[in-house]
Amino acid sequence: MLKVENLTVNYGAIKALKNISCEVHQGEIVALIGANGAGKTTILNSISGILPIDSGKISFSGTDITKTPPHEIVKMGICQVPEGRRVFANMSVHENLEMGGYSVKDKAAVNAGIERAFTLFPRLKERSKQLAKTLSGGEQQMLAMGRALMSSPKLILLDEPSMGLAPMLVEKIFEIIVDINKSGTTIMLVEQNAHMALSIANRAYVLETGEVVLSGIAKDLAEDPEVRKAYLGE
Amino acid sequence: MLLQQLINGVALGSVYALIALGYTMVYGIITLINFAHGEIFMVGAFVGLLAVSKYNVNVFVAMAVAMVASMIIGVVIELIAYRPLRKSSRLSALISAIGVSIFLSSLALMVFGADAKAFPSTAFPVRQIKIGEAEISSLQLLIIGISALLMLGLEFIVKKTKIGKAMRATSEDYNTAALMGINVNRVISFTFALGSALAAAGGVLVGVLFNAVSFNMGLMAGLKAFAAAVLGGIGSIPGAMLGGLMLGITEVLGVAAGFSSYRDAIAFAILVLVLLVKPTGLLGRKIQKKV
Ligand SMILES: Nc1ncnc2c1ncn2[C@@H]1O[C@H](COP(=O)(O)OP(=O)(O)OP(=O)(O)O)[C@@H](O)[C@H]1O
Ligand SMILES: [Mg+2]
Repeated sequence: MLKVENLTVNYGAIKALKNISCEVHQGEIVALIGANGAGKTTILNSISGILPIDSGKISFSGTDITKTPPHEIVKMGICQVPEGRRVFANMSVHENLEMGGYSVKDKAAVNAGIERAFTLFPRLKERSKQLAKTLSGGEQQMLAMGRALMSSPKLILLDEPSMGLAPMLVEKIFEIIVDINKSGTTIMLVEQNAHMALSIANRAYVLETGEVVLSGIAKDLAEDPEVRKAYLGE
Repeated sequence: MLLQQLINGVALGSVYALIALGYTMVYGIITLINFAHGEIFMVGAFVGLLAVSKYNVNVFVAMAVAMVASMIIGVVIELIAYRPLRKSSRLSALISAIGVSIFLSSLALMVFGADAKAFPSTAFPVRQIKIGEAEISSLQLLIIGISALLMLGLEFIVKKTKIGKAMRATSEDYNTAALMGINVNRVISFTFALGSALAAAGGVLVGVLFNAVSFNMGLMAGLKAFAAAVLGGIGSIPGAMLGGLMLGITEVLGVAAGFSSYRDAIAFAILVLVLLVKPTGLLGRKIQKKV
């Protein structure tokens, strides 16, 4: 479904990604794990089209999207939940969801999407008129996910959804991720919480300073002694 | 007497506010000080003048024509002078803006000459209205009324329409707006169109008020409106409105109090004072770095 080939991205003199290739198939949850600064966010932003890439090719359902502008990429069915949630702080919960559905022309469909988000996250419904900056971290994460779902994406890119959340909430968020996947949305999941990520993913890539050092079935990687030592704290 | 000065001040301040809105909206989205904005105000005044003197339309039609013409000019300026520099340093875009500003005022000088041009007296028949002690001209009421209407219209667009909400989202977080499927380039064009239309309306109103339109009128008006935008908190729409009104009122009161030789300095003195106490301006949010 998504194919990244030989992707190289530099920030000035900093080489963030060196010749990275990875793939996501329809229906999968694919985890991307690695330490701080490994290049995970850079991969997602390259896919979403908000970062100029130096070389390589990204294609989605057979179409080359390497040079496609971000809003077109959303229309094609890829949406990202950015790192740190990035809700529009001075806009209401309702308006944030509307922005998520910006590419949807039909107003009735937008309203239906908002209702769906409210069913998935009842907390958001109670706070519909509140400014997003008044939400707690967990609620903001729910809003960011609800917002991304508004465009009914085929593939959702999640950047560290567990960041800064209490363990209880992390479990809840991961349950919802699995639900979203079960309802037919393919997921690419970036996580530092390798344990949680590997427990729900089908496959995973391990990233180190801009390179893929390991990849395979998530279960196998969770058993791998190297991975256990480096990422699962054993 | 005080009431009369106050109304004078509000009328002048409304025009500053109309221009200041363009600075603040553009800055809010692409953190660029659009130096050519004062010249768009000037061009708007000339277009209005042409419409009135050549085609004999009334002031309202002239204003509408000026607004549409300036919208197009504003959008084209962004397209050819700023957009190609979006990824370069902010200084390059600023220099480009200064270039556009010089270009527009030189062009106006060539086409219209150095003398100030006047609106024909038939453009808007002025009547004096007495309210108690104060004598107010119908022109001032017109300025205040139209500015209020335009600002209410802007408020509606920004708060209630889809593109207006996208403007707020883009101004809060450019990258995330793009990630949500918002075509940020279109939002930027729309912002330039809105700001330019408001400036053109201000240009026509000022032209009628002072009965003078000249190639260099954009410079001082633009600087003061920019000061108003910074005073209110650059990036903040209500801030620009408040800043404009405050500057207009203090300027008029200052002149009435006998400081008329410092007329143009008053705006900047207030600006410096406010920024010393509150660096983000009256209604400005914490300035967050945009990537
Ligand atoms: N805007 C930028 N300018 C310069 N360097 C950057 C920029 N963004 C990222 N980098 C660098 O690129 C490398 C990869 O960063 P990236 O954000 O992709 O890492 P990450 O894996 O997402 O890390 P984290 O887990 O901390 O979010 C890092 O060395 C980082 O310092
Ligand atoms: Mg990251």
